[in-house]
Amino acid sequence: MTIHKGRIDERVLRRRRRVWTYLVLVGLAVFFLFPLVFMFVSSLKPDGRILSDVGGWRAFLPVGDISFDNYAEVFDRVPVGRFLLNSVLVTVAIVAAGLVVNSMAGFAISRLRWTGRGVVLSVVIATLIVPFETIAVPMVYWVSQLPTLLFQNGQLVYDFGWLDTYQVQIVPFIANGFSVFLFTQYFSSIPTALDEAARIDGAGWFTIYRKIAVPLSGPAFATVAILTFLPAWNQYLWPSMVVQDEKLRPVMVGMQYFFQDNTAWGEVMAYTSMITLPVLVVFLAFQRAFVSSVAASGVKE
Amino acid sequence: MTATISPDTRAASAAPKPVSRPKVHHERRSARRAGWAMAAPAVLLLLAFLIVPVILGFVLSFTNARLVSPEPTTFTGLDNFVRAFTADPTFLRSLVNTVCFAAVVVPVQAGFGLLLAILVNRKIRGAVAFRVIFFIPVVTSIVVVSILWKFMYQPDGLINSFIDSITFGAWQGTAWLNDPSTALTAIIVLSVWQAVGFHMLIWLSGLQTIPQELYEAARIDGAGTWQQFRHVTWPCLRPTRVFVLITITIAALGLFVQIDVMTQGGPVDATSTLVYHAVRMGYHQQQIGYGSALSLVFFVLVLIVALVQRFLTRDKD
Repeated sequence: MTIHKGRIDERVLRRRRRVWTYLVLVGLAVFFLFPLVFMFVSSLKPDGRILSDVGGWRAFLPVGDISFDNYAEVFDRVPVGRFLLNSVLVTVAIVAAGLVVNSMAGFAISRLRWTGRGVVLSVVIATLIVPFETIAVPMVYWVSQLPTLLFQNGQLVYDFGWLDTYQVQIVPFIANGFSVFLFTQYFSSIPTALDEAARIDGAGWFTIYRKIAVPLSGPAFATVAILTFLPAWNQYLWPSMVVQDEKLRPVMVGMQYFFQDNTAWGEVMAYTSMITLPVLVVFLAFQRAFVSSVAASGVKE
Repeated sequence: MTATISPDTRAASAAPKPVSRPKVHHERRSARRAGWAMAAPAVLLLLAFLIVPVILGFVLSFTNARLVSPEPTTFTGLDNFVRAFTADPTFLRSLVNTVCFAAVVVPVQAGFGLLLAILVNRKIRGAVAFRVIFFIPVVTSIVVVSILWKFMYQPDGLINSFIDSITFGAWQGTAWLNDPSTALTAIIVLSVWQAVGFHMLIWLSGLQTIPQELYEAARIDGAGTWQQFRHVTWPCLRPTRVFVLITITIAALGLFVQIDVMTQGGPVDATSTLVYHAVRMGYHQQQIGYGSALSLVFFVLVLIVALVQRFLTRDKD
């Protein structure tokens, strides 16, 4: 009898706890989502409407004079299409070149015996504690001195200075110590027997990398792609220093310029919505891969 | 002579089948060449865009270099550092602001992240959906987040009208970002809001490595929820904890974008930070030497944090 009673109590208790957990979770979900909902909804309203709706629930509801006028206005005012294209180009180049360069280095460090690989690995790990902010200022000076080849009037000209180019937004971010480290770890987990068999069959090391290591390392490539995609897309400090030319400007810097001389909040919200939505869609489509990538970044020790 | 032979004979004797020496030699040389060739692109790029800038920054810190200058750059010893600590009140204010920001953000974000991780680690329906929702701000650009929150912090903005409605009009509203006493706090709130989801996931992966048997054993011993957390969860999370604290600290010390977008260091330097000030001096005012010196101070702070991490993780091994 007492046992039976105890069991009921426990069940009631557990249910009560579950209800509380859900209440807390829903409250937190509101906390994390309300600014973004407000942003998307406001981007569809005229300025006067946004401000008059701010006092109540209407701020979060797409009601009233809903239109895409703000979006059209943004496209009229600034070359957003160009900015988006620039960002896509820079991001794709960084991620794609990074996958090749860093995986080759990871392969060389984990699978090949060569003098200096220990030193290279320690240098790669040492680079992890250098935040970009510490080298940003001297790097501006450095890239302004670097040699470059230009096409001018149909001729190839030798010149100095990387400021205002695409390469200055791409090349410094291709090699990444953390990516090399992740690849090194992943490749170490593939049995070396495969390499040895391929060597006996006369395969070169590059072929082994391309035909054996790469096809077996899908998850490592996905993790590195995701972890390098976000910072590349979100680049702000660096391009704001080295890119003055509007034609080469990425979306984030373009938005800051747009925001500085504009108090039409509806248009600003349209701009921010426009560059947030694609990333959000990519994230929701690949959320499993995102979550496991972030988890993988935490196991570095 | 013996020295050159011995590695080869060792390799040959270790192999299951005896292989002729020239073949082993060839194999070793090919691996050495391929190793260097395949590592070279990454090594050269890291050298050119990380190691050289670090060294250059160090050297420039002791000079009066400017981005564009008619005068030649000269060595000025410790002048930049003396100037920073004695003649640049904005730098000192920035240093204090940065340390204050980190001192609040580190415990709040780490603690909040752990709380979220424990909540979404429960075996309940919809846990994965909540995980995704809490992570959404992380994939939102910090530039977008800063602009959005600046809008919400306006005197007639969303935050004030919300406080107004829950206090039934007792609240007059304040210009959060224009008041030196509230500006930094306002930036702390949105910074935690944006980044906490990332650390929730790191905590979560730590939580999931804890064996369930430990909790069962604790329950058999009569441990309650709090005791289970105190004696099982917390000790098991030690490696995760160090990692989370260090990554948050380094990110917090590097605070820049929010300041650049929202306040430009104002009002009256109340939100200026180390990195923001270094960029202002080094880039906007083109004093590369002085800006590099300020960046070096930031780097030293980060190094101290990293050394503390090594110290904290050492006694375990």
